[in-house]
Amino acid sequence: MADVILLVDRLMKSFGGLRATNDLSLEVLRGECHAIIGPNGAGKTTFISQLQGMLAPDSGTITLNGADITGEPAHRRARLGIARSFQITSLVPDFSVLDHAALAVQARLGHSFRFWKNARRDPALVAPAQEAVETVGLASRAKTLARDLSHGEARQLELAIAIAQQPKLLLLDEPMAGMGRKDGVAMTELLARLKKDYSIILIEHDMQAVFSLADRISVLVAGHIIKTGAPEVIRTDPDVRAAYLGH
Amino acid sequence: MAEPATNLSRLRENIPTLLILAALAATPMIALGLGDPFIVKVATRVVVFAIAAVALNFVVGYGGLVSLCHAGFFGIGGYVVGILAWHDFNAEPLWFLPGTSDLAIALPAAILVSAIIATIVGAISLRTSGPYFLMITLAFNQMFYYGAIALQKYGGDDGLQIMSTITLGPLDVSNRYRFFYLALAVLAITLLLVGRFVDSRFGMVLRAASKNETRVIAVGVDPWLYRLAAFVISAVLTAVAGALLAAGQQFISPVDMGWDRSGDLVVMAVLGGVGVVWGPAIGAAAFVVLELVLSSWTTHWQFVFGLLIVLIVVSLRGGLADLGRTIFSRGSEEATHG
Ligand SMILES: Nc1ncnc2c1ncn2[C@@H]1O[C@H](COP(=O)(O)OP(=O)(O)OP(=O)(O)O)[C@@H](O)[C@H]1O
Ligand SMILES: [Mg+2]
Repeated sequence: MADVILLVDRLMKSFGGLRATNDLSLEVLRGECHAIIGPNGAGKTTFISQLQGMLAPDSGTITLNGADITGEPAHRRARLGIARSFQITSLVPDFSVLDHAALAVQARLGHSFRFWKNARRDPALVAPAQEAVETVGLASRAKTLARDLSHGEARQLELAIAIAQQPKLLLLDEPMAGMGRKDGVAMTELLARLKKDYSIILIEHDMQAVFSLADRISVLVAGHIIKTGAPEVIRTDPDVRAAYLGH
Repeated sequence: MAEPATNLSRLRENIPTLLILAALAATPMIALGLGDPFIVKVATRVVVFAIAAVALNFVVGYGGLVSLCHAGFFGIGGYVVGILAWHDFNAEPLWFLPGTSDLAIALPAAILVSAIIATIVGAISLRTSGPYFLMITLAFNQMFYYGAIALQKYGGDDGLQIMSTITLGPLDVSNRYRFFYLALAVLAITLLLVGRFVDSRFGMVLRAASKNETRVIAVGVDPWLYRLAAFVISAVLTAVAGALLAAGQQFISPVDMGWDRSGDLVVMAVLGGVGVVWGPAIGAAAFVVLELVLSSWTTHWQFVFGLLIVLIVVSLRGGLADLGRTIFSRGSEEATHG
């Protein structure tokens, strides 16, 4: 059996009468880029939120590297190696690009009950933060405040924060959402590079990107995964075409 | 990135703080020159409230937590000093402890008592946020207020007069001028401490969490304990300010810890500017002086006072500190663009 980093077993989550996650089971292999596709409202973001810990499932289990993390709060999951980039950009408006990455670095380095040294002049934070910012191609904007970033740049920063966490598993919720063609291509190239170093769950509507990046694809419809397989299998699968790609 | 440039910018960051301290340090000279010791009394009041407002702003401006129980902590600090001095004067032990009029003992006692109470109050209040946090801290303030009134032995709602001579170790600080410089030293320390804290790793977590808690949790930090620590630090510094008020005016009363006084502290912070550490110190000075001047002019001073504050806050969105910042950043912008 291949090396499994994430195991999701019969996950359930309802909002009132709506089953947003319905008996969802999934295996993500170490080093794999696993795309999840599905129509709007299929429950992709809801699923990611349960993996990250922001939402608690009604039932089912989530296992990371063999350990059951279903009951772990979100901040502890981050320390265990789960990083998430948000579909709707979630930044601190008056923090610079570098500040965001540095915050992720300091979180990874242990507790932050350090009161004296200036964090912005601390090489232990700034150097790795700078590296993450460079990786996503934002080096020239390092000192820019989040509120002054363009939409595309904010999406890049989301990714830089996740990378600065040095995660074991990257959860990317539509990293190209709302990006223009050109930025989208640049982001696809960036993800192609990152893919070598991380296990990734990728949610994306851009099918060209998905089929070029993903090692395997799962199709989520109405909270349930109806099919998992290699890109060429998914592309030609009649059920998938009917449920999703067809329209 | 060059070293000299960063040293220069570090110096520039500290100029407003140094100017404020220098201006305050000069007031006793002015008082002596004009032969008006009342000026020192006012300046001492300014310094004491500056300490409290700077301390409060650590949670308001940087933590996003608008606390309405800080007058309570202020009063707790004052009553610790007052009660210890009462037992010293009456030579009656407090349980098994002797009283004292020595601030070298009374200040640490005020710090300890306020830290314990703030930990409990913070742990309960920080379960809530936004308007609920406002309400629950207000409720705690009222508890402290009525608690002070209930201290019949220590004057009840008449307040507590300090009859003994206040000292600091071997130093007699009942001298008005000497006491002023003691308070000013505490303000300097407060500005230094809060200034370091807000730029530290701790400060970055606190600030980020105030704007976007989800983001902070997502990178792996639960902000709760950081907020509690900030709340306790802020409360303790405020209690020290209250202790100084009591020692300086030889008097503390429940009036000093009413909920309206908690509101005053918030107004001082906002008036001065919550975005910089030294802002609330300016706010406190403006508040104390305006209150004094206006109340001697007209009996409707509170109306004029309110109007003025609204005008300042609306026209300068960063408070009075914006005025200072415009002046000081003029130079730096020329330097970077030139
Ligand atoms: N907090 C919530 N309360 C109630 N309903 C919710 C909540 N969050 C999501 N939903 C509903 O659950 C369903 C799944 O939403 P989700 O955001 O997970 O879909 P998605 O697949 O990410 O969609 P999109 O492609 O538009 O991002 C939708 O019908 C949505 O309206
Ligand atoms: Mg979504």
